[in-house]
Amino acid sequence: MTTRNFSRRGMLKAGAAGLAAAALPMGWARPARAAGEVVLGAVYVGPRDDFGWNQGHAVAMEILKTVPGVTVIEEENVAETDAVSKSMESMINLDGANLILGTSFGYFDPFMIDLATKYPDVQFRHAAPLWSADKHPMNLGGYFSYLNQAHYVNGVAAGLSSATGKIGFVAAKPIPTVLSNINSVLLGARSVNPAATVQVIFTGEWSMPVREAEAANALVDAGCDVLTCHVDGPKVVIETAEGRGIKSCGHNTSQAALAPKGFITGAEYKWATIYALYADLLGKGEPLPNVVIGGYDNDMVGNTAYGAGATPEAIAAADAAIAGLKAKKPIYVGPLKDNAGNVVLDKTFDNYDPVLDGMGFLLEGVIGSIT
Amino acid sequence: MTAEMLTTILIAMLGGAIRVSTPFLFVALGETLTEKSGRINLGLEGNLVLGAMVAYAVSYHTGSPWLGVLAAGGSGLMLGVMHGVICSLPRVNDIAVGLAMMSFGIGVAFFFGKPYIQPSAPRLEAWPVGGWSDNPALRQALDINPLFFIGIAVAVFLWWGLANTRTGLILRMTGDSEPAARAMGVDPIRVRVLATAAGGFLAGVGGAFLSLSYPGSWNEGLSSGQGLMAVALVIFARWNPLRCIAAALLFGAAGAIGPALQSVGISQGYYFFNAAPYILTLFIMIASARLAAGQDAPGELSITK
Repeated sequence: MTTRNFSRRGMLKAGAAGLAAAALPMGWARPARAAGEVVLGAVYVGPRDDFGWNQGHAVAMEILKTVPGVTVIEEENVAETDAVSKSMESMINLDGANLILGTSFGYFDPFMIDLATKYPDVQFRHAAPLWSADKHPMNLGGYFSYLNQAHYVNGVAAGLSSATGKIGFVAAKPIPTVLSNINSVLLGARSVNPAATVQVIFTGEWSMPVREAEAANALVDAGCDVLTCHVDGPKVVIETAEGRGIKSCGHNTSQAALAPKGFITGAEYKWATIYALYADLLGKGEPLPNVVIGGYDNDMVGNTAYGAGATPEAIAAADAAIAGLKAKKPIYVGPLKDNAGNVVLDKTFDNYDPVLDGMGFLLEGVIGSIT
Repeated sequence: MTAEMLTTILIAMLGGAIRVSTPFLFVALGETLTEKSGRINLGLEGNLVLGAMVAYAVSYHTGSPWLGVLAAGGSGLMLGVMHGVICSLPRVNDIAVGLAMMSFGIGVAFFFGKPYIQPSAPRLEAWPVGGWSDNPALRQALDINPLFFIGIAVAVFLWWGLANTRTGLILRMTGDSEPAARAMGVDPIRVRVLATAAGGFLAGVGGAFLSLSYPGSWNEGLSSGQGLMAVALVIFARWNPLRCIAAALLFGAAGAIGPALQSVGISQGYYFFNAAPYILTLFIMIASARLAAGQDAPGELSITK
């Protein structure tokens, strides 16, 4: 898919550049800034305080505001459409931004790729493992924490805290990151209870509270006694689980306070580790690496402190799983079949193997479908 | 599909109809009242969102969810009065003002709502109507919020009041023929401002249901357009409060189909099933146009003039 490349601003700019080129040796001038100064534009898909994905980024971003010579400008509620191009272009042209952080999955293709081509002297970084050196511009890059490692720990704890062995998962969209979280919960649960299943309901939207509540209720009605989720704001799912008297595992940030009776543990991003690295490099005036990825082994994800829903065996097994992940023990131990019976992973893969980044299947034991 | 699966889906649709319908019902009743007076208020989505925020904030600060419901109604009332008064100025288009009021209500709600996304406020308690059943899913489906019953009572009262009271007659007359109202010595502007204000109050209460009952927390994606769909429901319900109940229940049930089908293992095509309420809206619009809904529409509405 391609986008319109002429916006009104683009046309004006081209016209003005033509005029200016005739009169002046330099073309269109961006807002002037001192050498070495960094204007960082951060774009969020939802509100900065959503108890979830966007809040995780926004809170961690604070560290960048403390670096001398770095100005942070932020815009929230920017949809994964043409809107993100407009928002980022306005940051570049009007605010003089020279580093853009796009924090939502759908910003990347085609919007950030096109912008990176259009503005070769602006650095772009995107919060997903989508960038590859042979396909995309070099002023673009990605950073990502492998939250599926923490979801694997969720699965281990849930597998031993559940009485029925049926775990419910409210998922937003069937993209690889979400599918990997679902599959990791299953593999975690099956590592301690080989009969465990994960039932998934896709809502189709990152944030749709009424449908998320409906999905949570439907999963409880189907016999699940632990709920977890991958939606932007897990508050509704966790509160619904608590209200129905079952257990829950969190996602993105800590939701322990929402479920005093049934909370087991939760998967949390530690974006601060990445942003602190960026802050350090920017402070020294050094270029940012194109790709920063990590998980438990380099402190980029973590699990919420165990709640009242976690049984003692679950805590012991989850702690052991965390120790294993820190030692880079692989989650995807092959061969593995998808839930239609086809072998999808023929061997064991390292936790950061790019093959897993393109995951497009639900493993055997997951009840649900991605289409 | 086995009988057991069918039962699960039907129970889920029943539960969904009861859980999801209440905000639709309140907004649709508010819009019916407003349109019966001869004005369209497309801004009720704004009332819904602002009502949700205000209810949550007040419940959080006072510890009383019912005070939150009242405050939500009050915020809706104020938006309604604003719409009513602005539309009473000469040559002001009520549809355009409604759209502006929608952005205004949502904007105010988001602006003041930031600090309330995180905290947990006391919620409205549901009545366990299904206590007689030993099916846990059915019991859950029949945990009914009192606001649902209040909504039904308001609908019946409006239906009766519009047909059988002097106030109802004046309202209908103002909506059907402004010259007739003037000839009777009724001030149409006063009637319309009052009707829009009362309609706004009801929509605000609908918002309180969203944040204090189901799904029961405040965030910016809470309404996702339910207020707009409820306005469309009024045309389907042909300005009849009793039909508003049926329309709201139908929409709630349609919204529950997607998750319910996935929960029994029919997981292919969930995007299609999740779109059920919107597809339903389209068919309803086509069907109601064929039924010559214009016959039931108040004569003074700007869409019928």
